[in-house]
Amino acid sequence: MDPARGAKLSTWLNDQRVRGRIYQTLLLACVATLACGAIYNAVTNMQARGMPMGFGFWNEVAGFDINLHLISYTNLSTYGRAFWVGLLNTLLIAVICIPLATLLGFAIGVTRLSPNWLLSRLALVYTSILRNIPLLLLLLFWYNAVLKSLPGPRQSISIGDVVFLDNRGLYLPMPVPREQSVWFISAIAAALILAAGFREWARRRQERTGEQAPSTLVAVGLILGLPAIASVAGGAPFGFDIAKLSGFNLKGGLQVIPEMAALVFGLVTFTAAFIAEIVRAGLLAVPVGQSEAAAALGLHRGLTMKLVVVPQAMRLITPPLTSQYLNIVKNSSLAVFIGYPDLVQIFAGTVLNQTQAAVQVMAITMAVYLFISLAVAVALNLFNARYALKER
Amino acid sequence: MEPVAYVREAPEPEDPPPTLTSGALAWARTNLFSSFGSSLTTIGFLALIGYLLPQLAAWATTRAVWSAMDGAACRQHQDGACWAFVIAKWDYLRFGSYPVAERWRVDVVEAIGAVLIVWLLWTNAPRRAWAALLFFVVYPILALVLLRGSSLLGLPFVDTLLWGGIFVSLVTAVVGIVFSLPLGVLLALGRRSPLPVVRVASVVFIEFVRGVPFITILFMANNLLPLFLPATWAPDRFLRPLAGIVMFSAAYMAEEVRGGLQSLGKGQYEAALALGLNYPRMMGLVILPQALTFVIPGIVNNFIGLFMDTTLISVVGMTDFLEAMNNAIKDPVWAGPTIMVTGYVFAAIFYFSFCYGMARYSAHVERILAKGRK
Repeated sequence: MDPARGAKLSTWLNDQRVRGRIYQTLLLACVATLACGAIYNAVTNMQARGMPMGFGFWNEVAGFDINLHLISYTNLSTYGRAFWVGLLNTLLIAVICIPLATLLGFAIGVTRLSPNWLLSRLALVYTSILRNIPLLLLLLFWYNAVLKSLPGPRQSISIGDVVFLDNRGLYLPMPVPREQSVWFISAIAAALILAAGFREWARRRQERTGEQAPSTLVAVGLILGLPAIASVAGGAPFGFDIAKLSGFNLKGGLQVIPEMAALVFGLVTFTAAFIAEIVRAGLLAVPVGQSEAAAALGLHRGLTMKLVVVPQAMRLITPPLTSQYLNIVKNSSLAVFIGYPDLVQIFAGTVLNQTQAAVQVMAITMAVYLFISLAVAVALNLFNARYALKER
Repeated sequence: MEPVAYVREAPEPEDPPPTLTSGALAWARTNLFSSFGSSLTTIGFLALIGYLLPQLAAWATTRAVWSAMDGAACRQHQDGACWAFVIAKWDYLRFGSYPVAERWRVDVVEAIGAVLIVWLLWTNAPRRAWAALLFFVVYPILALVLLRGSSLLGLPFVDTLLWGGIFVSLVTAVVGIVFSLPLGVLLALGRRSPLPVVRVASVVFIEFVRGVPFITILFMANNLLPLFLPATWAPDRFLRPLAGIVMFSAAYMAEEVRGGLQSLGKGQYEAALALGLNYPRMMGLVILPQALTFVIPGIVNNFIGLFMDTTLISVVGMTDFLEAMNNAIKDPVWAGPTIMVTGYVFAAIFYFSFCYGMARYSAHVERILAKGRK
């Protein structure tokens, strides 16, 4: 071989860009081969096992019951309907758990920084224990050892004969609208609008004259007062449907099935421990000079927190907090273990077993969670872009 | 000269002594009774603790049943824990249904693993590189041969159907860490690679795995993996969830390692390039040793999460420690009102002591690293 050509080839091979292209082509080829192999195997195996290939099962009759559905569902509904029921049940858990976990987490995180040594130690004990025990164990404990061990409906634990708790669940009074409800609801709406208007007026006046108006006090007064007046004038706005023992069961009221109670309780207490640590770290990360400066301006402790420390801490708290919210959504899939009918339990469990459409069902389930995660990630990026520290 | 308006005739009264600033009393005043509200909280919680703690202690110790042959004694003493149940089930909780005559193999594997982990985690231990090599390469092979059996060594084959208990939890977590760490490093490097195809492939994998619940990954590994492989391969029922765990853990590990890579200054890369090192050497000799040391606490925290997540493998039919406990609780011989609480409390103590110990270690390493960086 011509030595010059050999040298040219080696120069060419040692060019980083060329090497990069070679590596990438190799990787692509590997991935493509694996993917093709997997698809080929999947098709062969599925045909051999007589598994359905398309999404035809979506419109077939499901034939099983679900004990919690936010949209109408019977065992004659389709698998597609069952999917929506499961998805809504998953979202229901998220909607209930996220505010509760946030409140509890912030409370414990702030307690962790309390000047009272005993309080901060108790908060530390809480976070240490909850962060080091598997969530599944918590759920099983609450479900099997606590809720399922409660007495039966005839011996229900009752709180003032209004709220009942037994091994079939928690029974809360269910508000039933009456004719007067219209007035009550419009009173709330009017109060909200008036409060917002007053706040805006107070802000403008403060900008103009420097005088402050007690806008929070007025708002609270309006929001509590107007509906109160409305209900006094027009009679009780809601009737309450209270659970009653009939036969062997409690009937009526708002029944929270024990699976849901256990899942909510476990998820909230577990996630709150993680949120508390995030809040603590966020608050500690605000330089002490900020609070000192606020104190020098004459702000007292509450206002210092509200106007100076918390807004700065939120910038650090929000990203990990969001990932905890996503964890709540993802961890609600542990519902499988205690039989709460969420997306995974209904769809990736029962529907998969009945239809044998494993690939399709898993793909749909994962796509749902991926979609939620990506949507939240996009929202978080927007938040970060808006509230990022702008240094000049 | 101006007239003197005021002349002191007697000394001013003495100021009271300054309040104590040291000692137990002063500490209590500032930390427990600094204000009326604070004092009230302190007293309230002290009363609560004083009421609850002795009862809890009595439940766990003096009122508990420590030895019994079956559930009869526990059914009589319903106001105390039934530790006799845990003691009676201890072998099952450790080994599951692993044949009694072969359980020494599990003991050996666990003992070697413990020695290697201590060696690896003890910050001043000599030759930790050897420990890493042994733990990540030799140990998995040895453990596989010992646990599954080998006709070559005359060890009878033990089907994974019989595996169970604490040792399955440990095997799952260790397999997860041993395979996911190298995979995670590769993914992290891929995510920071200048080559777009490599970067996109890594990002897609990492974000996909992190975006879905662990249970769906387990379902996927259990239901779909056999479909994606040739029918003749038929992966073992324990191997499938393990593959899922490795995949899941690798994505989280990759993000941890990426954090370490990002924390290194640009100068480290430039210095390595200036010395004429190529990419593998730059990474292997300069970047990764620093980045990985820096993320040891993160890796340990990941491992804690991984260990807690191993409880989920029971959803695909494996008997981990928690599932073994669930099975033990259902034993009719021991049926009784205190059994379930005792069992779950014991499981909680087990997971807590393991995870909390690891967390303390990770905090300790973090302190050492923080000192070095100052």
